[in-house]
Amino acid sequence: MNSRGWKSHWTRLAAAVVVMVVAAAGAVGDEDGVLSVRRAAMVRVIQAHSALVGAMGPAAEISEPVLRAMGRVPRHQFVPSGLEGMAYADRPLPIGHGQTISQPYIVALMTELLGVGPGAVVLEIGTGSGYQAAVLAELGVKVYTIEIVPPLAEAAAARLARLGYGTAEARPGDGYYGWPGLAPFDGIVVTAAASHVPPSLVQQLKPGGRMVIPVGSPFSVQQLVLITKNADGTVKTEQLLPVRFVPLTGGH
Amino acid sequence: MPLLAISLVSAGAIAYEVLLIRLFSIVQWYHFAFMIISIALLGYGASGTFLAVFRRPLVKRFDAAWQAFAVGFGASAPLGFALAQRLPFNSLAVAWEPSQFAFLGAMYVILMVPFFFAANCVGLAFVRFAEKVGRVYRSDLAGAGLGAAGIIAVLFALAPADALRLIGFLGFLAAAVSARGSGHRRRRALALAVLGAAFVAALPGSWLAPRLSPYKGLSLALRVPGAEIARQSSSPLGMISVVRSPTIPFRHAPGLSLNSRTGPPEQLGVFTDGDGMTVINRYTGRREDISYLDFTTQALPYHLSDGPRVLILGAGAGAGVLLARYHGARHVDAVEMDPAVARLAERDFADFAGRLYEPGHVQLHVAEARAFVAAAGKRYDLIEVSATGSSGSAGAGGLGATYAYTLEAFVDYLRRLAPGGMVAVSGWAKLPPRGTLKLFATAIAALERVGVAEPGRRLMLIRDWRTATLLVKNGDFTEADVGAARIFARRRSFDVAYYPGMARDEANRYNRLQAPYFHDGAVALLGPAPSRFQARYKFDVRPTSDDRPYFFDFFKWRTLPEFLALRSKGAMPIVEWGYLVLLATLVQAAVLSTVFVLLPLRVLRRRGASGRGSGRVALYFLCLGLAFLFVEIAFIQRLVLFLGHPLYAVAVVLAAFLFFAGLGAGFSPRLAARLKGRRGPPAIAVAVTAIAILALAYAGALPGVLPWMVSWPQAAKVVVALGFIAPLAFCMGMPFPLGLSILAERLPGLMPWAWGINGCASVISALLAALLAIHFGFAAVVVLAVALYVVAAVAFLNPLGIGAER
Repeated sequence: MNSRGWKSHWTRLAAAVVVMVVAAAGAVGDEDGVLSVRRAAMVRVIQAHSALVGAMGPAAEISEPVLRAMGRVPRHQFVPSGLEGMAYADRPLPIGHGQTISQPYIVALMTELLGVGPGAVVLEIGTGSGYQAAVLAELGVKVYTIEIVPPLAEAAAARLARLGYGTAEARPGDGYYGWPGLAPFDGIVVTAAASHVPPSLVQQLKPGGRMVIPVGSPFSVQQLVLITKNADGTVKTEQLLPVRFVPLTGGH
Repeated sequence: MPLLAISLVSAGAIAYEVLLIRLFSIVQWYHFAFMIISIALLGYGASGTFLAVFRRPLVKRFDAAWQAFAVGFGASAPLGFALAQRLPFNSLAVAWEPSQFAFLGAMYVILMVPFFFAANCVGLAFVRFAEKVGRVYRSDLAGAGLGAAGIIAVLFALAPADALRLIGFLGFLAAAVSARGSGHRRRRALALAVLGAAFVAALPGSWLAPRLSPYKGLSLALRVPGAEIARQSSSPLGMISVVRSPTIPFRHAPGLSLNSRTGPPEQLGVFTDGDGMTVINRYTGRREDISYLDFTTQALPYHLSDGPRVLILGAGAGAGVLLARYHGARHVDAVEMDPAVARLAERDFADFAGRLYEPGHVQLHVAEARAFVAAAGKRYDLIEVSATGSSGSAGAGGLGATYAYTLEAFVDYLRRLAPGGMVAVSGWAKLPPRGTLKLFATAIAALERVGVAEPGRRLMLIRDWRTATLLVKNGDFTEADVGAARIFARRRSFDVAYYPGMARDEANRYNRLQAPYFHDGAVALLGPAPSRFQARYKFDVRPTSDDRPYFFDFFKWRTLPEFLALRSKGAMPIVEWGYLVLLATLVQAAVLSTVFVLLPLRVLRRRGASGRGSGRVALYFLCLGLAFLFVEIAFIQRLVLFLGHPLYAVAVVLAAFLFFAGLGAGFSPRLAARLKGRRGPPAIAVAVTAIAILALAYAGALPGVLPWMVSWPQAAKVVVALGFIAPLAFCMGMPFPLGLSILAERLPGLMPWAWGINGCASVISALLAALLAIHFGFAAVVVLAVALYVVAAVAFLNPLGIGAER
């Protein structure tokens, strides 16, 4: 734990140095180059964090394809103007309408938990900025996403189209009943605050499919609920903390 | 001397303080409201510095200066709030963005201004009328007492924004009264009053109306197309908003089982201070419409009983009552503290809620839960305590005192149970487990307190991924009980976490955690070394008591380094911020106070005005400032249960303490004169001895005496409370003016400084009292207060300083 902690510390420090050097160079270099270096640094931070997760849940590490997808999506295009400079920091950012774009690490973790690859079909409830949908699209996934706040839905749809994420389709509306015409799905992400798991969403999950629900407030995800539909149609629920933390219950 | 004017400003200042907490609880969240206002009160300290430096020119033009300060208060009170709430401060992002602290700092400064002006009015009067400090102080305290009680009455009638106008007007009115009294022409007084009225009337409503953080539940709900506020009301207990969302309906069913075939019916969202949503369910009398309720963990006790007599504590908008009706409860008493919330299902939306309450059969009581239980004559088969509702949980997230889940509360609940009856507590099942285990530990302690040898045979705990339900039985759980509970849980895919004789491999089956943390925790708490488990566990899960009623404090210093190390790696949400915010506020207050107190001292030293004994002067007024509020706060805590409501306790205790202390202050010169020159103890020693005897006697005796009278009528209880407070407060009003009048004789330059120290100490005191109570309990706070009074008296009587001549 200690040496690991150190390692991640050095990784982050190195990443920070890289970012700073490149940022300084960026003053004369081209902007895209700077942003892609920042993005790469963000991916390294995610990688460093993910190595620590596992004690409270099964997600041991963020896999290579997910990291690559995170490294390709231009996150700075998904944050409000003025906040581009912070787009690649590992933190949530406000996107207006009382909503946020999640911390990159949490997005990576949720993507990982979905366990989907090219050709899969995923339903997302709560589009927000469209960032999660874009990350999934980068993985070769066909994404259908529903957003309850109309202006957010419109902006996300336009943004995804503009950035060439043709496999991500966004519409405004009520996500409680899913998207019945397109069901079943290989994966479902419910980023909208849910007091319970909507039964219709469970029904629209393919056998073997997974549903991920982050629970918490706009700036903090307290736990992730992972629901897996077994081949026989029964479901299994797991609760994961997005952090390696052992509360020490054992008397032994 | 503008005594009435002083009272008006003091009333305005304390009313403003109470109102700001209300307003910022709506705009932000309670614990930040508490922090912002605590620091803003340091305006009193700043005033001390200011007066110490500009004493002479201000005294020379006393009338003009005084009126300017009063007008300054009147103008800056509403404007300060309007400005402060426009700052884009986002308390949720504080952990991510250090830059948020700049906005927080700006809020402090803006809101300090009104308190600075108000304090200048009182402080300047002390300096100008140094020979009559007792009377000035009496007016100050009496005004403050009336202001504290008055604002609560006002908030029942006026919206917070209009109360803000009223307080602004008080400032102008005080200036007008002073102008009239000081021999100026009436025209000036009239002009000031008219100016004030015009000013507050001209303030645009949009400036003063609370602008909710966009991240609050109400803000989010209203962004949904078609959603609108169906009804909104405001009282000192909170702003209650009912939202209708016809296009995309609310579907609030926390912890609904995945196996439920039905969802909730049509619902209205109910928000308290713009957050903490609960719902009113549409009920048409068709049982199947509400069958979803039977698929929540809360339904468990009904599967272990048959037609029970039910007591629901924290009824809110009525979901628990509906559940009881669904299961054919024989009789239901539903208790809700906030009348505005209680009335929603009973009156305002009675048809929508399906006439939930039927007098005689399903009875609604507007009362505080503990007070109701203490006064209840009946016995129940089921006492249901809701910990998921919003009502009464203003401290959740922050660190409010909560009396519903203390050891004594459980003992009271257990004593109201019929044989075989159950207490059921449903609450959020946070991860890693905290509140659930603390409840479990508290229930064990209560069972032991009532003499149960094996508490483990009377406990049962189930959970899903959001909620947990704890059952505590008056009698051992039978095999039939256990069988029914296991079937209930299995059909709903809920996890059993504990029942007597449960095997570990039965835990953690449906909503899987890495390890059966809830079961292991419960078993460890019932095991041979619960304290060892509690010591090792990374959150504080020891039982709470009425003396230490901080259920939501789970913070442990030991865990902090680990949290900080994991901060950016996803640990942010599990850090317990409440305690840290309190601590951060205390540190800020201490640092800023030091600046306010040390700065003038240096200035005064340079001017040579401060002679020997200034250290003792500081110590004296510091001790008094700390001790006065320690006693006051401990009294509020002690009377919450007796008076049946935190709000009544605050109103009665604050008003009574300030008012009777004011009388004591007015009497103090006479006492000093009477004792002067005689053999025997000086006035200060008499006062402090009386304070010590009374405070310690109350601390020892009241917990035993008050329960005897808890079922008396409310008016009688208020009279009893006043009877206890009056003599103590009367004595506590004396030391401050006694000290000040001697300063006036010997070191008049230090008077404003003493006033500033006292103000700063009061701010620190409120924060310190909470912190001390978290660790040591309120009894310890009282003992410490007495010790501080004794230290003050010794500092006062010592020949080195003041008062040697008595």
